[in-house]
Amino acid sequence: MRSAHAAETGGSGFASSAKLGLWWFLASEIMVFGGVVASYFLLRLAGPGWGDDIAHNSTLLGTINTIVLLTSSFTMVEVHAAWNRRDADAFRRFLGLTIVLGLVFLVIKGFEYGAHFREAIFPAKSLFWAFYYGMTGLHALHVLAGIIANVSLLVVAWRPEGLMRFGHRAEMNGLYWHFVDVVWIILFPLLYLG
Amino acid sequence: MTDTHAASGEAGLHEAPQGFLRTYVFSTDHKMIGRQYLFISLFWMVLGAFYAYLLRWQLAYPETDIPIFGRPIGPEEYNAFLTLHGTIMVFFVAMPLLLAAFGNFIVPLMIGARDMAFPRLNMMSVWTLTAASIVLLLSLVVESGPAAAGWTGYPPLSAVPDYTGVGYGMDLWLLALALEFASFLMGGINFLVTPLNMRTRGMSLMRMPLFVWMVMTASVIFLLSVGPIIAGAVFLLLDRNLGTAFFLPSGGGDPLLWQHLFWFFGHPEVYVILLPALGILMEVTANSARKPIFGYKPILIAVFIAGFLSFIVWAHHQFISGLDPRLATPFSVTTILISVPFALVVFALMATLWGGAIRFTTAFWYAAGGLSVFIFGGLTGIFNGSAPVDIYIHDTYYIVAHIHYVVFGGSLFAIHDTYFVVAHFHSTLFSTAILASFAGIYYWFPKMFGRMLNETLGKIHFWGTFIFFYMVFGPMHLLGIGGMVRRIYNPAQYESYQGLLPMNRFITTAAILLFIAQLPFVFNFFWSLFAGKKAAENPWEATTLEWTTPSPPPHGNWPGAVPEVHRGPYDYSLPGEASDWLPQNQPDRGAASARG
Repeated sequence: MRSAHAAETGGSGFASSAKLGLWWFLASEIMVFGGVVASYFLLRLAGPGWGDDIAHNSTLLGTINTIVLLTSSFTMVEVHAAWNRRDADAFRRFLGLTIVLGLVFLVIKGFEYGAHFREAIFPAKSLFWAFYYGMTGLHALHVLAGIIANVSLLVVAWRPEGLMRFGHRAEMNGLYWHFVDVVWIILFPLLYLG
Repeated sequence: MTDTHAASGEAGLHEAPQGFLRTYVFSTDHKMIGRQYLFISLFWMVLGAFYAYLLRWQLAYPETDIPIFGRPIGPEEYNAFLTLHGTIMVFFVAMPLLLAAFGNFIVPLMIGARDMAFPRLNMMSVWTLTAASIVLLLSLVVESGPAAAGWTGYPPLSAVPDYTGVGYGMDLWLLALALEFASFLMGGINFLVTPLNMRTRGMSLMRMPLFVWMVMTASVIFLLSVGPIIAGAVFLLLDRNLGTAFFLPSGGGDPLLWQHLFWFFGHPEVYVILLPALGILMEVTANSARKPIFGYKPILIAVFIAGFLSFIVWAHHQFISGLDPRLATPFSVTTILISVPFALVVFALMATLWGGAIRFTTAFWYAAGGLSVFIFGGLTGIFNGSAPVDIYIHDTYYIVAHIHYVVFGGSLFAIHDTYFVVAHFHSTLFSTAILASFAGIYYWFPKMFGRMLNETLGKIHFWGTFIFFYMVFGPMHLLGIGGMVRRIYNPAQYESYQGLLPMNRFITTAAILLFIAQLPFVFNFFWSLFAGKKAAENPWEATTLEWTTPSPPPHGNWPGAVPEVHRGPYDYSLPGEASDWLPQNQPDRGAASARG
């Protein structure tokens, strides 16, 4: 990206500032989830088996959600591809699809939470459930943040002028969205299969 | 891509802001944000020092009326003030001052940029810190008082409200820390992207002043270490409010987990504070000695190695916490290893001074003082690193002294739970950080505010601070070796500590004198701000780019084009040159630069 700064100094950047900044942000995010996952292993290795609690989770719903999120990563890539082609229709279509898939994920998650609540399973029930709510809650907040970022991109890039101006942000949103997806890939076996 | 809008993140020449609010309050100008950080940290420094005064009085004259405060403090208050003193000084003074205030003001100027890479993110970071400050202040006034579980917030003490009797105060403390971390995450991204992407023409990475490198390295360390403690803070909030048991053995949890999460961040945090402090020492030392920094690249390599090692030393804080003794040995080894790169930095600074035509400015005295306490604090750190010795001195005043030497004087280490620990912590962190901060203030004040500080008052301030500093934190090591446990409300009630009372009184007297020694600075600061001698563009005859623009720099930093860089940052006393300094934007006269 040619900024006023680059125009003045001939440019000395490695990558666009936005992308560099996002990568550093994601690095710090990896450390947040890294801390959570390391704690999970530390306590699980020390404590008695968590198998019964884990078996209580619906592998089916978890698998569906995994597929939903993976598909949304695919549609997110298509948003970026549409931007590269400057294809406004595909841009709107795939971005809208990504948002919908993100919402589907949250709705399914909500049904799971609701089912647990009806059985009086709350975070305080056991260490596993504390981790379950802590990890999925933190992840759901990240999904929500990604949806908000995508919705605001859809709003500002709806018209062709907006697309020309803000379309490059699809790449930033995509990097973040894939990260949130990868986190789920790690959480899914820990909370549903393990 | 062809985007030309500054809105996309790249700072360009945005218009100078109009109106009071846009200029002084909601400013996106890195120089105003740097000043805002400076004033926030100075505000907290006064409050943090006042708590130190209350604590010291209680230790010397237990349960007597405290002058100015008007009444004695109780045991619960003692714990709370202890917690606040540590929290404030580390998170609300040292970090905002060393990293954020100087980093914001100086880094873009040093690399020839017109602003940070993300000016609005920068404004958000200072306002997030303001929110954190307000939350921490709120915790002082809520019912059942502020957090009282120590600045390290160890559970189960911090996890069960009944143990400390503190309710919302503890939650607000956690929230304040979370906001502070968020603020420095935003700031850290700016400190990394700006030097990588916004350097002026000719400013190669190896021509950047070392202060910029130190701020960048500190930011990497912070970004990569803070994650686990954020996770830990979330767990602790859940334990306190939703009845989970992450840190409570009764529910299968483990209090040691918090200690791992905390110190995985807490020890690298030492270097987050220390590195910018060392960066200031390097800039001021080269400028005062009129010599190039001895070993620019070796210093960088040493600091990168130290940054890496800082991630694998944390368990030395836990030698007496039930850590597996088999783990203690590797952590002892890494801890002692990390002193090697810092020894290199110390020797490089001494070699820079060697044979220099030293200009004895106040900034120089503070830099030399900072180096002195850093050596002293680093030496006591070696005792802490060794597990057998640490087990004896842990939690004594030795640690309190150490941290004050390295941080206030030099950095932050914490011999555990004795005063050796207290002494070590203060001698390393408190001393190095505070003395380096003063070096930075005396050095850059003319650039920040366009006026000179009074040098005579500055030197009085320095000698008062330096002498009383050693008188406060030196004897703390002896308290620690004498076995005095830290975080103790009334040492006089134990027979074994009564012999230490005279020494405690000596320390308290010296501490009060240390506070009084700050009065010349306070007067000097505010008087010079409005009535000091007008500062020229380059009063110290320095070589780096921040001195190539008027003091204070206008919006956009340079009235005309940004300077182009032709040489390395420390071209002092080159043979065959007319003056003993060549600024970085001075073109070569055909001859090759001696360094470059």
